[in-house]
Amino acid sequence: MHYMEMEQHEERALSAGIRVLTFVFRIALAIAIPIIAFLVLYAGFLFLRAGNAPKWLITVVAIVWGVGGVAALYWIFNWIIEMLPKQWTGRLQPFVFIGPAMAILTWYLAVPTVRTLAISLFDRDGLAGGNFVGLSNYLAVFTDRLMREAFRNNIFMWILIATPLTVVFGLLVAILADRSRFERVAKSLIFMPMAISFVGASVIWNFIYEVKPAGSAQIGLLNAIAVGLGSKPIAWAAHTAISPWNNLFLVIIVVWLQAGFAMVLFSAALKGIPEEILEAARVDGATEVQAFFKIMIPYIMGTIITVTTTIIIFTLKIFDVVWVMTGGQFGTGVIATQFYRQSFIARNAGYGSAIAIVLLIAVIPVMIYNLRQFRQQEAF
Amino acid sequence: MTIKTSRMQRLRGPLFVNGILALLVLVWMIPTIGLFVSSFRERFELQTSGWWTIFPHREWVNVATIDPREQGLDATGLMEVEGVTATFEELREGVESPSGKRIQWVGNRRIGRIEVQERQWAVNWSFTLGNYKQVLQGKDFEYRHADGTVEVIPGDDFSSALFNSIAVAIPSTVIPILIAAFAAYGFAWMKFPGRRLLFILVVALLVIPLQIALVPILSDYAKLKLNGTFLAIWLAHTGFGLPLATYLLFNYISGLPRETLESAFIDGASHFTVFLKLILPLSVPALASFAIFQFLWVWNDYLVALIFLGGNPNFEVVTMRLAGIVGDRGQDWHLLTSAAFVTMLLPLAVFFSLQRYFVRGLLAGSVKG
Repeated sequence: MHYMEMEQHEERALSAGIRVLTFVFRIALAIAIPIIAFLVLYAGFLFLRAGNAPKWLITVVAIVWGVGGVAALYWIFNWIIEMLPKQWTGRLQPFVFIGPAMAILTWYLAVPTVRTLAISLFDRDGLAGGNFVGLSNYLAVFTDRLMREAFRNNIFMWILIATPLTVVFGLLVAILADRSRFERVAKSLIFMPMAISFVGASVIWNFIYEVKPAGSAQIGLLNAIAVGLGSKPIAWAAHTAISPWNNLFLVIIVVWLQAGFAMVLFSAALKGIPEEILEAARVDGATEVQAFFKIMIPYIMGTIITVTTTIIIFTLKIFDVVWVMTGGQFGTGVIATQFYRQSFIARNAGYGSAIAIVLLIAVIPVMIYNLRQFRQQEAF
Repeated sequence: MTIKTSRMQRLRGPLFVNGILALLVLVWMIPTIGLFVSSFRERFELQTSGWWTIFPHREWVNVATIDPREQGLDATGLMEVEGVTATFEELREGVESPSGKRIQWVGNRRIGRIEVQERQWAVNWSFTLGNYKQVLQGKDFEYRHADGTVEVIPGDDFSSALFNSIAVAIPSTVIPILIAAFAAYGFAWMKFPGRRLLFILVVALLVIPLQIALVPILSDYAKLKLNGTFLAIWLAHTGFGLPLATYLLFNYISGLPRETLESAFIDGASHFTVFLKLILPLSVPALASFAIFQFLWVWNDYLVALIFLGGNPNFEVVTMRLAGIVGDRGQDWHLLTSAAFVTMLLPLAVFFSLQRYFVRGLLAGSVKG
């Protein structure tokens, strides 16, 4: 009896000892693993920043380090949290899940917005020793000749011309394709420019607009046609004599790139129109044109608004095409190119930030409208 | 299928519809076709004739060469050749003879020659892979002209930019998706104070154009010595892609059947296990849609790369390299066409093989800028 009791007691002491040991071991691990992980990640960072290994090796290490590193961090944090008492695990785990996202969003979007707003009230050195100038940057934004030109182009050329052209063209192709046996092929080919970068598209169109001196062979398609029709070769997008209409040669590029996007959305919307409604209208003697304007258009109005607002937002922010094609010269500047020029070339932080804030204010109402429309449709 | 046939029967003019559609598709394809064809043409041909001359066309072809000095012609006065009397200037432009031939002076006044040309059918079919070699290898390349002179043209080291683009694009696609998926799960299936408020903040950040963030982030990076590193651009793309990714994945993940998750929790699974073993596999369609979108966006991005990698020529991505060629060597069409096509190759492959997912993503509202 006595003997057994003692044995039990010993066993209890032993298991308590093991528990203490595992506890210490776990704490040590919980400290050691993050430190090791940090050191490995930091070594990887230094290796990548130096960048003097063979290119393929850098690429492989970069991918493994970047993707693996993020996954490892999640795993480690979660592992530590799950070792805590159950109550604390439940309380802290949500922050492991949403914490990183919130931290990055705060650093990259929320705080910069406030900072840009603050910088816009200072002169060219911004918050780093600049002088407070109140709203005078904004006054300059709305009076500067180049900014007026940028507003004109953004509003007139891009919102009022490029956007409707893209929408109408996308709708036209969607309707035609819907009635064709070659729907899939046609849609994929029109859609293809969506996969091409704006820089790539600029090269493609630069080649079409290429101008050679009069008398020598024109290798640009458009000038070959123009010369064939008896005109002089023209520098299209850089042709200031026709300003502001030279902007149209940039507009064409964006219509070419974006029409596929409009088409895909319209095509899906058209497929959603119940056949019975159209059939009933035709039985009642409606013509195709009437059916189009009285039934199809109202039915897909939500999509038309979504597509239009999306393209307006896109054209408000348009940068790459203009920058690579003309650098914003020849009367083709837009808000984003002026922003880039002021912020990163002229190094005028205050003025550049004011332009960015104006861009934000212009985008917000369209974006809110767009989001609201999107929610109503519940497309996802 | 039945709907489709009834639609087909109704067509008054399928020929008309298909005709217009074919025309539009052709017009849409011509720019890309022109680039593609040109990238395989010899440098010299590219600069002297349009790419459409690969199709049969009528062209002046030299049939006989006359040495003006042997014929005793005086280039300073009127010359008589093949029944044509003309000055040097006129001959240089080319003069048509009564027999329908063209007489043209080629070269300068002292050592030039006179060509007798006839209009003939021709195709310019000399293709080469040399342009691609030059763009990818970055060495000097020698050209031997017809008259024997040798011209040295530097190539362009595009292959290094290709590697950089891969190193930028893959993590910039996977990292935001991973972070967004965790956050979306957190918002959809976990309870914690401030959940609604934080989610509204995420959606509100959708309106911020990335231009707003560039100046402050650049100054942060300067302090942290992060400028011109891969980490810098991954994080930037992650930050700019996160609101949309979180929003879309939340819509998808919160719509998954509640019972599946609850039975897993009853079995004692933790949130982490449920997320890894259950939610991620179930969300593959949504993840794939966004992944393709983000990959194309990052691969094709120019502005973000220009600002955060701009100071480091070692890490230039393809769009920067290509824009660099446009700026420095805008007339070297043999390099530009092939380089542009190299940049397009991967996105086009992704696009055509995964088009279905891409379209699904677009319909879900994967639209950013």
